[in-house]
Amino acid sequence: MVELAEMTPTVTAAPPALKAESKNVSFFYGAFQALKKVNVNIADKKVTALIGPSGCGKTTFLRCFNRMHDLYPGNRYQGEILLHPEGVNIIGPEVDPIEVRMRINMVFQKANPFPKSIYENVAYGLRIRETNSRSVLDGKVEQALRHAALWDEVKDRLQNLAFALSGGQQQRLCIARALATDPEIVLFDEPTSALDPIATARIEELIGELKKSVTILIVTHNMQQAARVSDYTGFMYLGELVEFDVTGKIFTNPSNKLTEDYVTGRFG
Amino acid sequence: MTSTTDIKAIIRRHRTRDAAFAVLGMVCLLVCIATLMALLVDLAIDGVGRLSPGFLTSFPSRFPGKAGILSAWVGTILVMLVTALAAVPLGVAAGIYLEEYARKNWLTTIIEINIANLAGVPSIVYGLMALGLFVYQFHLGQSILTAGLTLALLILPIVIIATRESIRAIPGSIREAAYALGATKWQAIKHHVLPYSTGGILTGVIIGLSRAIGESAPLITIGALTFIAFLPPAPVQRTFPFVNFDWLASPFTVMPIQLFNWVSRPQQAFHLNAAAAGLVLMAMTLAMNGIAIYVRYHSRKRIKW
Repeated sequence: MVELAEMTPTVTAAPPALKAESKNVSFFYGAFQALKKVNVNIADKKVTALIGPSGCGKTTFLRCFNRMHDLYPGNRYQGEILLHPEGVNIIGPEVDPIEVRMRINMVFQKANPFPKSIYENVAYGLRIRETNSRSVLDGKVEQALRHAALWDEVKDRLQNLAFALSGGQQQRLCIARALATDPEIVLFDEPTSALDPIATARIEELIGELKKSVTILIVTHNMQQAARVSDYTGFMYLGELVEFDVTGKIFTNPSNKLTEDYVTGRFG
Repeated sequence: MTSTTDIKAIIRRHRTRDAAFAVLGMVCLLVCIATLMALLVDLAIDGVGRLSPGFLTSFPSRFPGKAGILSAWVGTILVMLVTALAAVPLGVAAGIYLEEYARKNWLTTIIEINIANLAGVPSIVYGLMALGLFVYQFHLGQSILTAGLTLALLILPIVIIATRESIRAIPGSIREAAYALGATKWQAIKHHVLPYSTGGILTGVIIGLSRAIGESAPLITIGALTFIAFLPPAPVQRTFPFVNFDWLASPFTVMPIQLFNWVSRPQQAFHLNAAAAGLVLMAMTLAMNGIAIYVRYHSRKRIKW
């Protein structure tokens, strides 16, 4: 909390550039409306966290950013998510979801490495971007693994199967896989919910490092995690964004009663 | 409240029933195993005396001691080759389409139900259909090609169902991982879905082929011969273009037909030949199943979801 208090004034003093902004985003699973006109600004090279009780729509909102909902029938978006600097609406039907996914990568709740080697897991995103030169791949794979703080643990066994790694290492491998293609935004969907406290701490530390080079949007169940890793926090409830502010303010002096009840543990 | 002695009596009664079922189950299992073993031993006692290199390298003959199964096992292998080459690409592609591309609507559901039903259609019905289609309509003749295609139709539902089931066993999270990196559907299939389900698909293919190898009814329907004293033209040759497809048009026989032919003769000596041929056919089937187990073991070893 001390760190946050120190950080807060610098954030408020100079509002940073926006990487993305959602404008009145609504989302429907068939007839069920899961998101109701959500407006969030995603600051460039900052960590934005979304918190809220189960079923509040935070993961649904996150998955709009790389159009994962397009994979399943019956889903429908409304509103706009503008990706800056061009300001293209990435949930617009005219925008190719694959193009969006090439720019915005994702780390899932449960580590989901491919049953391939450590090397091939990290290289996969590059391979489908038609990067085939061995030396380029080698360099990018090493860089991504270093970024994900995994290089020292795996550099001697890059050809081993990814399943041989521990749960926390697998999740960092998935982070490396997401970083290898130099994405503009990385989405984290409760990335530590299946990990032990030590592995969780490593990933939180890593997220703090990563925001130097990439914009991060993270969904988490764990309020302490949001308080520790994020610069901005949004509280969602029943598909609506209740409050959005700098993290320190949400956790110490929220303006909405519902937010206060949630962050103080009175419900959820 | 039930007293302690009552509870002990209840438990004793339950344990007796527990033990009774274990005994009943074991008896049932022994009946199954004993029957199969008796069949196998009977076949072995009759047939093993006729097994020799000469039996495998001789054509059928009217003298039981000189007769062999050369044309039958060669025919079986060639027919199986055509069956596999036709059924695997068709069945796997159809399975992938149904599982990954087809919209989930009433039409897909009807197609799915029909495929499941086709797997249960009696094989002779396939023979009748093949006689009309391949022999009379397409004029493919009473040939190895016709036989292979007929059996391919027979096992197509098995291959499609096995493909779909092994594709479905791949967790959605793996697909999402590929899509999240920007893969197209075909890239996700080619790089992930297919490689990770190869073991299951191959197992299904081999189970299908194991069924096809024992079929005689549809092949008799399309006009397989029972007495063949020559081999089809060789598929490879010394002169250009080195491959030869004349064998596809050749008349043929297969192991089960040869077996049936010998069994239906009155002489006891031919019955021994049939038993020996039965042993060879069983060995072929077991070998295929062995391959299926090996493939499944090796492909599953490195994949655990």
